[in-house]
Amino acid sequence: MSVSVAFDKARGEQRAALVGYLPAGFPDVAGGIEALRAMVDAGCDVIEVGLPYSDPVMDGPTIQAAAQQALERGVRTSDVLRTVEAVAATGTPTVVMTYWNPVERHGVARFAAELADAGGAGLITPDLTPDPDVAGAWIAAADEHDLDKVFLVAPSSTEERIAMTTAACRGFVYATAVMGVTGARATTSDLAGPLVGRVRAAVRQQGSGLPIGVGLGVSNGDQAAEVASYADGVIVGSAFVRCLLDHPDDRAAGLRALTVLTEDLAGGVRRA
Amino acid sequence: MSTHVERPTSYDADERGWFGGPETGWGGRFMPEALVAALDELTAAWQDAMADPSFVAEFDTILREYAGMPSPLYHAERLSQKVGARILLKREDLNHTGAHKIRNVLGQALLTKRMGKTRVIAETGAGQHGVASATAAAYFGLDCTVYMGAVDTRRQALNVARMHLLGAKVVPVASGSATLKDAINEAMRDWVASVDRTAYLFGTAAGPHPFPSMVRDFTRGIGDEARQQCLERWGRLPDAIAACVGGGSNAIGLFTAFLDDAEVAVYGFEPGGEGVDTPRHAATIHAGAKGVLHGARTYVLQDADGQTIESHSISAGLDYPGVGPQHAHLAATGRATYLPVTDDEAMAAMALLSRTEGIIPAIESAHAVAGALEVARRLGEERGPEATVLINLSGRGDKDMGTAIEYFGLGDPDKVTEEPVGEPGEDLQGERG
Repeated sequence: MSVSVAFDKARGEQRAALVGYLPAGFPDVAGGIEALRAMVDAGCDVIEVGLPYSDPVMDGPTIQAAAQQALERGVRTSDVLRTVEAVAATGTPTVVMTYWNPVERHGVARFAAELADAGGAGLITPDLTPDPDVAGAWIAAADEHDLDKVFLVAPSSTEERIAMTTAACRGFVYATAVMGVTGARATTSDLAGPLVGRVRAAVRQQGSGLPIGVGLGVSNGDQAAEVASYADGVIVGSAFVRCLLDHPDDRAAGLRALTVLTEDLAGGVRRA
Repeated sequence: MSTHVERPTSYDADERGWFGGPETGWGGRFMPEALVAALDELTAAWQDAMADPSFVAEFDTILREYAGMPSPLYHAERLSQKVGARILLKREDLNHTGAHKIRNVLGQALLTKRMGKTRVIAETGAGQHGVASATAAAYFGLDCTVYMGAVDTRRQALNVARMHLLGAKVVPVASGSATLKDAINEAMRDWVASVDRTAYLFGTAAGPHPFPSMVRDFTRGIGDEARQQCLERWGRLPDAIAACVGGGSNAIGLFTAFLDDAEVAVYGFEPGGEGVDTPRHAATIHAGAKGVLHGARTYVLQDADGQTIESHSISAGLDYPGVGPQHAHLAATGRATYLPVTDDEAMAAMALLSRTEGIIPAIESAHAVAGALEVARRLGEERGPEATVLINLSGRGDKDMGTAIEYFGLGDPDKVTEEPVGEPGEDLQGERG
């Protein structure tokens, strides 16, 4: 199921969608599935399942620590797909966020087929831009299986690249609000608003209605409300991961913290 | 003699950074969109600079007057006698800061100044690139931060001290395997957040376009000089050239001048660690698989899920699970031959070169010596003592003395050394011609 279903529903309710991220296999595969389902129950509209990777260029220390923990416990690509299947079964659109090498190693066509079979919506690819010589194989495989292709734009993107990226995206476009890695921040970025404005202009020109999600830095309902005032989706990762990292020996407390945070953020996207 | 000759080869990348074309798929740019503008800016600045005679002349002057280029091409006569072929050593160990690395960083730092940026960051494994970067930053008056795996800061403490003395900030990286690859990840994260004022002095001919080609441009003086020196002194090209390959900057620096000389055999020697049939090695081309690491498609040591496997080498400078994409291309096309050399073979070559020529090489370079001696023996048998093998002696061994002390059991001040280092009974004598 494409994430556009969730974005359309949120638009219908005149609010932004809440997109929540956790890496698969964290704290373990079953625990990760349980945590993601808790986030669904508490109000996430779209789920991002991270594929833990040994060399995450865009991740800050919080997400890297979680991914590292998952890898040390032996999480495999097959576990990621299993997680997707379990979360997608709730009816919530579920995308995988992954660095490129694990997909290439798995086989691009095979990965796309298995992701589609698992009920996954598509991929967010932080180190794969839609330049044809780089992403050609993925774009072809995604199109074959009708999967979402979520590429990133950044404050440093030129107008030309924003236009190219939005034209290549399906599902939504991921606007990175800051020049920096993932991680909760005390204040939201002043770069996000202008970036969304530029992306909105490109989307309007293309007449596609492609939703714009903003990520990197949001950790509470007030920040979510602020971002939701100009974006179609609010993407939260590190703050969710932090809930579980802060309760390493008490899973129930971690899940409670996740639920409380999700409800706060879901309230935020509704009061913008 | 000019230290830099801009001349394309048949093995260069296309304008998007693909070696052998995007269909073949070596190189390219697999990077976050946030860095694309910076990489485009860098590409334009590098191409503009290389086409500007004043930049090339300034680079040439700095290399000559500050860094000691051209480095000599030395005929290692006693070593030659041992193997029955002529061994030539390109003495990059005599450069300022003791390695070929200074060429690359002076080039990149000069480019940084030209681009108007005030801060540089770098990653380092053995510390050579970190020291060279700190040196270049001091020379040009730039702020400098060096990322180094926490494992490496411990095993290369002397180089950490050097960097501090030169005014650089050294950040130990404890994530992942806490070695070079993790230092690269951390440096890239810094770069994403500070790209408007910061240049990333990439330490090897790997990474996203334009780094593999740009680093090659700044290091190709090694081969350009060696080729000219060889022709002037012996009136002919060598039969074979050899270099060690971790990321592969010294190797590509040597190889480039000879790639279109079909009669010159090209050898790269990879760190075979404790053996390529064990899990403890860093022989990326020999044992890796095609994949994407640090922004380029190349050979990568990886598991079935595409997770990078931790590499091992007795040389921190070669301890990297990837390799520059041009080397992948040269290996795939058969233009260059890449063979593994074990830790023990490299250490034996380190001792041998020290004893026969009075030159203590870096352990990196000792890998090249070990592998090249086998090539020389074979060529000597086939073609006689005029057969010539040119080895890039990419760095000096001072920084590796801690490892050598431990490996050979040296350095106890209360111990009288009765037996010199070397294989028991090995004849290391020979007369200088």
